[in-house]
Amino acid sequence: MAYVAIADRDHEQHLHDPQTFITKYIWSQDHKVIAIQYSLTAIFVGLVALVLSGMMRLQLAFPDVFSFIAPIEYYQFITMHGMIMVIYLLTALLLGGFGNYLIPLMCGSRDMVFPFMNMLSYWVYLLSVIILLASFFVPGGPTGAGWTLYPPQAITDGTPGAGWGIMLMLASLAVFIVAFTMGGLNYVTTVLQARCRGMTLMRMPLSVWGIFVATVLGLLAFPALFVSAVMMVFDSLLGTSFFMPAILDRGEQTAFDGGSPILFQHLFWFFGHPEVYIVALPAFGIVSDLISTHARKNIFGYRQMVWAIVVIGGLSFIVWAHHMYVSGMNPYFGFFFATTTLIIAVPTAIKVYNWVLTLWRGDIHLTVPMLFSIGFLFTFIHGGLTGLFLGNVVVDLPLSDTYFVVGHFHMVMGISPIMVVFAAIYHWFPKMTGRMFNQTLGKIHFWLTFLGAYSIYLPMHYLGILGVPRRYYSMGTTDFVPESAQAMNIGITYSAILVGVVQLVFLVNIAWSIFRGEKADPNPWKANSLEWQTPDTPPKHGNWGPDLPVVYRWAYDYNVPGAPEDFIPQNTPPDALHPAGRDHGKAH
Amino acid sequence: MATDAAADMPRGMEGVVQDWANDKQTFQVPWGKAMMWIFLLSDTFIFSVFLTSYMTVRVSTTEVWPNASEVFALTLFGQSIPLILIAIMTFILITSSGTMAMAVNFGYRKDRAKTAAMLLITAFFGATFVGMQAFEWTKLIEEGVRPWGNPMGAPQFGSSFFMITGFHGLHVSAGVIYLLVTAWRVWSGFYDRKGTYETVEVAGLYWHFVDLVWVFIFAFFYLW
Repeated sequence: MAYVAIADRDHEQHLHDPQTFITKYIWSQDHKVIAIQYSLTAIFVGLVALVLSGMMRLQLAFPDVFSFIAPIEYYQFITMHGMIMVIYLLTALLLGGFGNYLIPLMCGSRDMVFPFMNMLSYWVYLLSVIILLASFFVPGGPTGAGWTLYPPQAITDGTPGAGWGIMLMLASLAVFIVAFTMGGLNYVTTVLQARCRGMTLMRMPLSVWGIFVATVLGLLAFPALFVSAVMMVFDSLLGTSFFMPAILDRGEQTAFDGGSPILFQHLFWFFGHPEVYIVALPAFGIVSDLISTHARKNIFGYRQMVWAIVVIGGLSFIVWAHHMYVSGMNPYFGFFFATTTLIIAVPTAIKVYNWVLTLWRGDIHLTVPMLFSIGFLFTFIHGGLTGLFLGNVVVDLPLSDTYFVVGHFHMVMGISPIMVVFAAIYHWFPKMTGRMFNQTLGKIHFWLTFLGAYSIYLPMHYLGILGVPRRYYSMGTTDFVPESAQAMNIGITYSAILVGVVQLVFLVNIAWSIFRGEKADPNPWKANSLEWQTPDTPPKHGNWGPDLPVVYRWAYDYNVPGAPEDFIPQNTPPDALHPAGRDHGKAH
Repeated sequence: MATDAAADMPRGMEGVVQDWANDKQTFQVPWGKAMMWIFLLSDTFIFSVFLTSYMTVRVSTTEVWPNASEVFALTLFGQSIPLILIAIMTFILITSSGTMAMAVNFGYRKDRAKTAAMLLITAFFGATFVGMQAFEWTKLIEEGVRPWGNPMGAPQFGSSFFMITGFHGLHVSAGVIYLLVTAWRVWSGFYDRKGTYETVEVAGLYWHFVDLVWVFIFAFFYLW
């Protein structure tokens, strides 16, 4: 007997209805509440990491001024800043936050398929954040091994936090992976199995596609990090030699023998490179929807966009060693990985062209989400192009471990996803809260963040070409670095502090608007996708009232000739349009 | 399902694409089953990384790798038989896959008593496997094998052995608990009230996966 889809059943999914304040807002199983819990926690640790980066910039600009930043603290700040930003902020916010909020609403489901497991996912994530932050308060402080945690130095005495710090970091990562797996299984299964009637895969908004493929990447890439964390814990606590070769420590022969440090690098980057796309693909998807909505034009090349996401996801598993050109691995590997790395630029370029072609001759509304989306195009193209430099072995060798690399990856996976995160928060804020944010403050936030971020990272490329090495506590008297580099460092620090402080505008705007903002229209951007068609704003538990929606078209019917308005929501039946509009969905 | 509707369906590759791009659901299976498949895919990566890492350190270590058929030999009736314990363990685990398949079969027939009995037998075989693994660990520890070193050769032998069999043993132990819970639910009529025994099959997927992983561990660790 065939299994009856939920959308075809009379009594659908049984939901656990919240009764009290605690089950409604604390131990909630509602995907929207969990999404907001995830987002707030992620933004909180993100602010911690932002402060850490500010301290690093102060030290770089004014060495010898801040007595509380010694080399040990500097390395701890670097490590914690990197790890928090990549994993605990971006991964958690884009998948745990936006994934949770958008997948059921955009697919027309009542909730995730297993709401209880979804709730557990958040609480386990919170536990991992607590373990991570606890490392600031243990003897020796957090680990200072650099965010890549390379052994042997990560667990060798003399590295900051080589005892407690690294153990808590690895434990926190393992716990995070458990949390991610519980959430990720839910996201993937919900997208595959719990869509509403008419919502075929090729009618899904690109946001869902991006989040879906990113989650699949996460489920396949995090195991490598999990296993390497386990093995490093064993190396440190039990004295095994998985990653530790025979090694002299201050003249003493250690008990380690025969391990392979480069194995860790392979495992780490087998996780680490897909991780770049775990962060980037949701951003790609979300920005596609935002550009289409605010330019009042269908996304250019929807099928290409979907396939590009899938192809990028697949390729991201065979490019990892381009992070390791200087690691001492077999040079022939470099040839292979440089080739695959350059191939991945093709689907990425397709996406960029399609975004630009969507804007071309569109009816562009420069709303706050649109400004951030266009800002993303700039930072992403910029970071993508420097990626082509670094993907080539011969160009990478001199630039590796300089500020060029710092500039590149902050542009492409720091600023770019953050731009989309801001765009998305502003875009969906009216749906999440039922109130509108202050547009003027939003625009101030955009211009200062966008220009400020450029003035931080653009000069870093120049510093890198000068040969300024990254991860140095202070330059001291280094002959090959001209004096002007320090002047530029000071300028970068001023921009960084400006950008850091400007985020207060965002926080104030959001906090004020939640309580005092003017009431928002249920569909203020006149968008097509399902989340704007809910009967209540913000959507109630169960999302759709008595009946699930039925989808008749894709999410990009903007400015269809002959339609009564310039947008046709996905759940508008063909008969409701007179004269009947073109049914794009049928074409698929 | 009307047969004439099926005649209009696209065939070949086009049909595959259309099935996958269906609305509502991609695979005609319950949510729990779909999720278990995806979880197992993720878990496959965990064990693949464990085994790949083991092979890498086996190559990178400078010391000689102990001969598995000597280390894992048991002296029975005055004769040293290589790998005899592992052979018995493997046999038991494979047998448990058979009883699990029978449990799923009885589940489809909604035969409450037989399903529960087969689940209990499967769990018993699983527990036996874990018990024999504990015996093997004890024997090796008595012979001086430790995670950080052993008298037979490369220290990575002990590290990989305890890590990989330990992680697999945890999976089997979790599976035994999972099977016992499922057996209790079958016996108490939970699935009769729900109208479907599909969860038994989901537990079966997990159990077969754990068995399959053991086959790879057996091949790569004990036979190589």
